[in-house]
Amino acid sequence: MVTVIHPNLEDTDAKMRAKDVSVYYGDKMAIDNVSIDIPTEYVTAFIGPSGCGKSTFLRTMNRMNDTIPSARVEGNITLDGEDIYSPQLDVVQLRARVGMVFQKPNPFPKSIYDNIAYGPKIHGIAEGKDELDAIVEKSLQRAGLWNEVKDRLNDSGTALSGGQQQRLCIARAIAVDPEVILMDEPCSALDPIATAKIEELIDDLNGRYAIVIVTHSMQQAARVSQRTAFFHLGKMVEYGRTTDIFTNPLEQRTQDYITGRYG
Amino acid sequence: MSPAILLLLAIGLGLAGWLAARARAWAFRREAASGRLAALPTYHGWYVALWIVLPAMLFIAIWSSLSPILVEQSVLSSPAASNLPEFGFQRDALLREAKAVAEGSAPAVFNDQAKGLVDPYRDAISRFGLLGVLGTLVIAFLGGAWSFLKLKPDFRARTRVERIVMASLLIASMVAILTTLGIVVSLVFETVRFFGMVNPFDFLFGTHWGPDPMSNPENPDPSRFGALPLFWGTIYIGAIIAMIVAIPLGLMSAIYLTQYANPTVRSWLKPALEILAGVPTVVYGYFAALTVAPFIRDIAVAIGITGASSESALAAGLVMGVMIIPFVSSMADDSIAAVPQAMRDGSLAMGATTSETIKRVLVPAALPGIVAGIMLAISRAIGETMIVVMAAGAAANLSANPLEAMTTVTFQIVTMLTGEGSFDHPATLSAFALGFVLFMVTLALNFVALRVVKRFREAYE
Repeated sequence: MVTVIHPNLEDTDAKMRAKDVSVYYGDKMAIDNVSIDIPTEYVTAFIGPSGCGKSTFLRTMNRMNDTIPSARVEGNITLDGEDIYSPQLDVVQLRARVGMVFQKPNPFPKSIYDNIAYGPKIHGIAEGKDELDAIVEKSLQRAGLWNEVKDRLNDSGTALSGGQQQRLCIARAIAVDPEVILMDEPCSALDPIATAKIEELIDDLNGRYAIVIVTHSMQQAARVSQRTAFFHLGKMVEYGRTTDIFTNPLEQRTQDYITGRYG
Repeated sequence: MSPAILLLLAIGLGLAGWLAARARAWAFRREAASGRLAALPTYHGWYVALWIVLPAMLFIAIWSSLSPILVEQSVLSSPAASNLPEFGFQRDALLREAKAVAEGSAPAVFNDQAKGLVDPYRDAISRFGLLGVLGTLVIAFLGGAWSFLKLKPDFRARTRVERIVMASLLIASMVAILTTLGIVVSLVFETVRFFGMVNPFDFLFGTHWGPDPMSNPENPDPSRFGALPLFWGTIYIGAIIAMIVAIPLGLMSAIYLTQYANPTVRSWLKPALEILAGVPTVVYGYFAALTVAPFIRDIAVAIGITGASSESALAAGLVMGVMIIPFVSSMADDSIAAVPQAMRDGSLAMGATTSETIKRVLVPAALPGIVAGIMLAISRAIGETMIVVMAAGAAANLSANPLEAMTTVTFQIVTMLTGEGSFDHPATLSAFALGFVLFMVTLALNFVALRVVKRFREAYE
């Protein structure tokens, strides 16, 4: 079975391009032959029921699956035409270019400032304290957190509220100036107001970074994304413009899922 | 009648009570209209059995400590005892001999005076033995009857049994605490006696240690009871040299085991490391005294340091450090493993390498647990005795030279208690004061360590 690609999906510049990607956990196949282009200037949403492999696929895109010993990736994923699984590629460089935000906010048990400064420090981005301060301020501003925390940059990052923690994690990812930001259900641990703020933030960041968001919420996908891919049982069933997927799904399973018949 | 037999008797009665009560509960169940009881029949059985056995056991415990005294009282009041010597060894020896014969553990009496006591003894033993059996039976019966009469269809036997079991669990946990309290009290008692003879200030801050167990106990020379060199030796060996060895090695092995080792290597290395904790300290002592200490002396001599002692603080400290490694590494291992995977992922996803993640995220996050482990290790090291007895020497030196012989608090406690002085001599009593100080220090270290661990746990919930 091949993924159904909507006919009126125009060609765009692909930032990342996955071709025939399959992922195995030991003998178990988690992703079956997925091919997708991630456009530079849009937000792409991965939707689908639990266990459909959308998070697994997301994690292959910055090789976070490397941390799971039994995981094995077949196929080919490129970033600007460069194979990210090639032995020549430095995974450290890759992850600096492809940042990630997790399901549960995971700020380090350090000060807010140090949380943001972490990436720039390990990648040697900032030259001196002034530049680091500027990066911290810029990142927090982009994440819409600056006004809330500017007077307490030395407080612990874990002392913030859940929504603030998640925006801190987004600011932390932005601080190393990535090209792609992967978000793995970034709002699933947050209340509606914090979720609205994150969605607003995704809108603001859209265009500056290629963003891929995995979400359980179809409304969220409809609100924040311009491209949507529907995953089911490890396969990518349908891919197209978000409006097309939600108003005119071509596959029965997609139709069933978005109308709430299962999932 | 020996306590063991009485105990068997009580347990037998308990079994009977268990069966009877269970049968009764089954009968309730058959008669009851609903066929339901407030508790399962087994719980009725246990309720009665516990009410039979526990009071009986309490009685047996009291009786077995009381009856020998009662037996002796009764023998002493017999006419044959009137011509016993008033006090002293002879009187005790006669009584002991008569008792042994009466109990049948000695064949015959050698001393004529004891001969007359055998029969009163025999009478008393059988009389009080019978009393013990009767007492056990009565108590068991009363407990059984009282509890059996309470059985009803709606009797909540299970909650009662659970309450009794919970109480016995509480008592079991109290044993350790009460023992600690008992230790403190006995130490305090002797320490106060010692401080009545030697000024605490002289003891804690004096710099010369050399108690003379043969001196006049009435008038001790306080200048010979300065324990500062001992405290210094203890800290230098246990908290400085040993920790210089144990902290880096323990931490590094914990980091390797949690972050780098593959599961097969880990499954071999971790138990192997833990075996270190199971080696008897006296074996470490041999190793320190026979292998490490001469080796260190030879090296010192080879590089031109004269006067290196064959017993040195360095040898004892190094070996003690090796002994402590598993304590540091297993606490560090646990606390690093307890840092949520999300932290690790977060750092790796930022493009940090594994080593950057360890240095900047995992170790700082696990630091409270690591510090607590180190403190427990220090308290273990300063209380360690065998290694220092065998390798550190006996000279109370206040010196920073690790090649010199030094002595520790624990070593001096051993020396003073096994010395020739009488028990109430200040030199012997000083062992208790030393033990008290050591106990307080390790208690404080453990207390602080537990507090630190507690705070650390709260951080990730």
